[in-house]
Amino acid sequence: MTYRNDPYDPKQATLLAPEALDQAVAEAEKAFAAAADLDALAAVRPAHLGDRAPVSLARREIGSLPPAARAEAGKRVNAARAAITQAYAARQAELEAARARKVLQEETVDVTLPTERRPRGARHPLTSLMDWIVDLFVGMGYEVAEGPEAELGWFNFDALNIAPDHPARTMMDTFYLDPPDSTLVLRTHTSPVQIRSMLERKPPIYIICPGRAYRTDEPDITHTPVFHQVEGLVVDKGITMAHLKGTLDHWARAMFGPGAKTRLRPSYFPFTEPSAEPDVWWPDHPDGPRWVEWGGCGMVNPRVLRACGIDPDVYSGFAFGMGIERGLMFRHGVPDIRHTIEGDVRFTRAFGMEV
Amino acid sequence: MRVPVSWLSEYVEIPPGTSVEELDAAFVRMGLEVEEIHDLSRSVTGPLVVGRVREFTELTGFKKPIRYCQVEVGPSEVRGIICGATNFAAGDIVVVALPGTVLPGGFAISARKTYGHISDGMLCSARELGLGDDHSGILVLPPSAASHIGQDARPVIGLDEVIFELNINPDRGYALSIRGVARDLALALGTKFTDPAAITATPGTAQPAYPVSILDTVGCDRFAARAVRGISPNTQSPQWMQRRLIHAGMRPISLPVDITNYLMLELGQPMHVFDLDRLRGPLMVRRAQAGERLRTLDGVDRELDPEDMVICDDTGPVSLAAVMGGESTEVSAATVNVLFEAAHWDPIMVTRTCRRHKLSSEASRRWERGVDSDLALVALERAIDLLTTYAGGTPSTEVLDLDYRSAPPTISLRADLPSRLVGLPYTAADVTRLLRAIGCTVVEGEPLQVTPPRWRPDLTDPADLVEEVVRLDGYDKVASELPIVPPGRGLTPEQRRRRMVNRALAEAGYVEVLSYPFVSEAAYDALGLPEDDPRRQALRVANPLSEQEPYLRTTLLPPLLATLARNLGRGQRDLALFEMGKVFLPAARTGTPPVLPVEHRPDDADLAVAAEYLPRQPLHVAVVLTGERDPSGWWGPGRPADWADAVDAARIVASAARVSLTVRQATQAPWHPGRCAALWVGEQIVGYAGELHPAVCSALNLPARTCAMELNLDALPPASTAVAPPLSTYPPALIDVAVVVSEEVPAAEVQQALSEGAGELLEEIRLFDVYSGPQLGEGRKSLAYKLVFRAPDRTLTVDEAVAARDAAVAVAAERFGAVLRGA
Repeated sequence: MTYRNDPYDPKQATLLAPEALDQAVAEAEKAFAAAADLDALAAVRPAHLGDRAPVSLARREIGSLPPAARAEAGKRVNAARAAITQAYAARQAELEAARARKVLQEETVDVTLPTERRPRGARHPLTSLMDWIVDLFVGMGYEVAEGPEAELGWFNFDALNIAPDHPARTMMDTFYLDPPDSTLVLRTHTSPVQIRSMLERKPPIYIICPGRAYRTDEPDITHTPVFHQVEGLVVDKGITMAHLKGTLDHWARAMFGPGAKTRLRPSYFPFTEPSAEPDVWWPDHPDGPRWVEWGGCGMVNPRVLRACGIDPDVYSGFAFGMGIERGLMFRHGVPDIRHTIEGDVRFTRAFGMEV
Repeated sequence: MRVPVSWLSEYVEIPPGTSVEELDAAFVRMGLEVEEIHDLSRSVTGPLVVGRVREFTELTGFKKPIRYCQVEVGPSEVRGIICGATNFAAGDIVVVALPGTVLPGGFAISARKTYGHISDGMLCSARELGLGDDHSGILVLPPSAASHIGQDARPVIGLDEVIFELNINPDRGYALSIRGVARDLALALGTKFTDPAAITATPGTAQPAYPVSILDTVGCDRFAARAVRGISPNTQSPQWMQRRLIHAGMRPISLPVDITNYLMLELGQPMHVFDLDRLRGPLMVRRAQAGERLRTLDGVDRELDPEDMVICDDTGPVSLAAVMGGESTEVSAATVNVLFEAAHWDPIMVTRTCRRHKLSSEASRRWERGVDSDLALVALERAIDLLTTYAGGTPSTEVLDLDYRSAPPTISLRADLPSRLVGLPYTAADVTRLLRAIGCTVVEGEPLQVTPPRWRPDLTDPADLVEEVVRLDGYDKVASELPIVPPGRGLTPEQRRRRMVNRALAEAGYVEVLSYPFVSEAAYDALGLPEDDPRRQALRVANPLSEQEPYLRTTLLPPLLATLARNLGRGQRDLALFEMGKVFLPAARTGTPPVLPVEHRPDDADLAVAAEYLPRQPLHVAVVLTGERDPSGWWGPGRPADWADAVDAARIVASAARVSLTVRQATQAPWHPGRCAALWVGEQIVGYAGELHPAVCSALNLPARTCAMELNLDALPPASTAVAPPLSTYPPALIDVAVVVSEEVPAAEVQQALSEGAGELLEEIRLFDVYSGPQLGEGRKSLAYKLVFRAPDRTLTVDEAVAARDAAVAVAAERFGAVLRGA
């Protein structure tokens, strides 16, 4: 027995009636809309799109129609089923979006929680400041020269025109190393690097020397027996005091802003003649614009050039040296020089990776 | 050098209205550094007046004598004032601080009840007024001050003075005198200078004022002396002289001594005065003889050195020449006959004597820096004038002047040198004019022949004259111009490496510190270094700041661990510190290095020998850790720092330096013997890392399990040039393998064996688990690795990957008896 053989019975084809199909669609839409979540939606799906759903049963009834009516009825059933399928997909999309929103909502965190799961390190501000200054000069074409901290007396004194019995020698407050006849000292300045550089290189010489130096100062708020200097040396043909001044001015502007400048005061260093102490005009000083003492400088003493085998009739040069601690203190408001040596991590961390 | 402006203005014309600031600028322009400006008129505020003690009553019944004085402080104004001093009499003129006066140090005077009376003011001592150290009694003014009673006392006692405290550079000895400062100030202000030494002095006579002979004319090239007999003993110096001495920072002592000090300050010529009656026989100026002794005026009995110059009489040395006189011939309150001496001493001799005897005086400071040798007779003339004016007496007609000086040197100066060095267009005429202004004799021509004045022994080289030219013309005229720098090569590989290491450690969470390199012997004991450990071969500072810490570090650890302890003491718990710095190791040779010349470049051979006397100073890097390495937080617990962090610090350094580091088990103080890694680069150990020995932690009061790493950066070879790896895009084959080996086999060596055995297909190997347990058997451990195989040209088959794994295990089996776990 097949449907084909069933005689047409309009009563049995009620499901194909347009009203019935419209109702099936309406009921499906209602049921889908009523589904509160994806599980509920899936649960109501068979009733409206499954094998026993009205639209499925209606499709079965098509065969019972007379052939002339079948095309019309098929279209109606397909349209109804399409409408239900679309309603289902729409509701499903809606519920999926809601679920995604809910998940994201639930995954919300407090982004203001602390995040330092790795400890933060820091470079010492003196290291950063020295690198900073060195980079300025390297950018101009200078090279970095270095030397030993325990130094032979000849390099620290004699070659720099500091004679054994000159008052300047006793003013240096030198740490001497045992035994005394070794002449060894802890270098009192970075200037012996000038001597080493002039012995190792041929003019033109443009060098910058950062490093540690030592004097027998008891530590207090402004003194430390171990300190750092940056020293510059230029030996070339035709070098004048104007080049010294220009170089310091350039450095001052780079470090203290475009309004900075320098002035030179006559002073005395055995290894320079003429000698000067530069002051830097710091427009942005926290206590108002002012002159700040800024190290020592001068034209390389011809005696020093001769001791290094450089002919002072052909070459001239200038040298300058600045204390890094002092620079750090006034540029960054360090109240006590001992902070730079005590290694308190709170001090160093405040500077991070750069000054 | 403390310079009262009123004294200065006697010899330099200071235009009326010149401000203190203008004077300050003028000094600075001349290179006379102004250390401080003392404006005495601002030191005492309020009604400070001249008064006269009319009468007083002695109050009894107190611990010390107290006087209740009736003091006249104005026309018919008398006040009752309590005073604890007794050095005055009725009628004396005194200085009265009336209520409302504020003395130096913020000491405010008010009327108050004391010792049963209202004290309506205070009678002041010199010290209370900031006029000197004298606090033995109140300041009693000369009777001439009576005309100022009731008036402001400041001008009367010199409290209207402005004193410039100058810091004189060692080359400007001439500026350690009013004369020298006045000369420079006149040049700076462009005003007239009157030379206080420009007087006619009696020349030396054939007959000496006292028999003197100089046996060493190098140490003393001039010796002049004059005598004054019959002065009234124990004469006080006049107020004006005392005041000037005090303002200049010296203490008035007695008239003859004050005169020598006064003239030293004014002219720059240190002098000495002997009690003529205490000299025994002729004087002899010579070097001291070994074993001779002298008791100097400071009361110290000194053993003399054969290099010291002394002045002797028949009894032996009576004065340590140029530095300090002796007690035996000192002028006393009873002295009536004196001998003034003005000599000229060798600066080098004086410097050495001062250093040897650790003795410095106002005189020696001047001798060391150079004194005008033309001054001797002038100073004597002035001294005799002053002494006879205030103490009477008769000067000797004889003048001793032994003069062995050589002619002053002449400097040849190319007239274009100042231009060449300064960059300003100085003409020969400019140079001549400026040098003459400071007293040089200049013979024009090319080169200029310049003879500096005797007060400028610092001028010896052409460059010295250049400084004078530009100083007088003004440093502010120097232009500002950048030199044209030839191209540089940038940082050296070592310099770049140092920065990389520094940044890498900081980025890995370490905080950089820079410690003092001074250590104690006990520091090495605390580290548990064996007696023969080379790190105990430390250089010693001859004059350390602390006798406890006379050595220079041979390892960075002692100061770095001290810094760690300091941070712990300040409340930190979790610390990771690093330091990069030199350590100091003995030189290849000890003894005296060759003497190198300064007149010309030393021979390369001599320089090479000298270099062998230089201590080795390699650059080390070290880290220390304690507490949590990874902090705890809302995310969960932290992770304590352990030996592996210390070893990893070495790996961070090696990676930054791009060298290949091998870690091997080691035993080395101060590390835990079971938790110490030797750090190998190539064929040498460059350092150690691990956990500190528990005994070291306890000796240094550090938390248990403190960890450390130290390595010698200078021992690392140059960075290898990085080579880019091939990047296969075929899929990897991932295989885990666990091998069981004996406990003592180092994991790194097993890994090395697996890597070698796996061959070229192995892309990565990573140990992910270490396990030991009963099922493995006693003394066995399982090491589990993740292996990643990949071929450059194809997708690997399972068989290929398994074959490679088996080859890897085979090598491990062969070397260490490794067994594939679960096989």
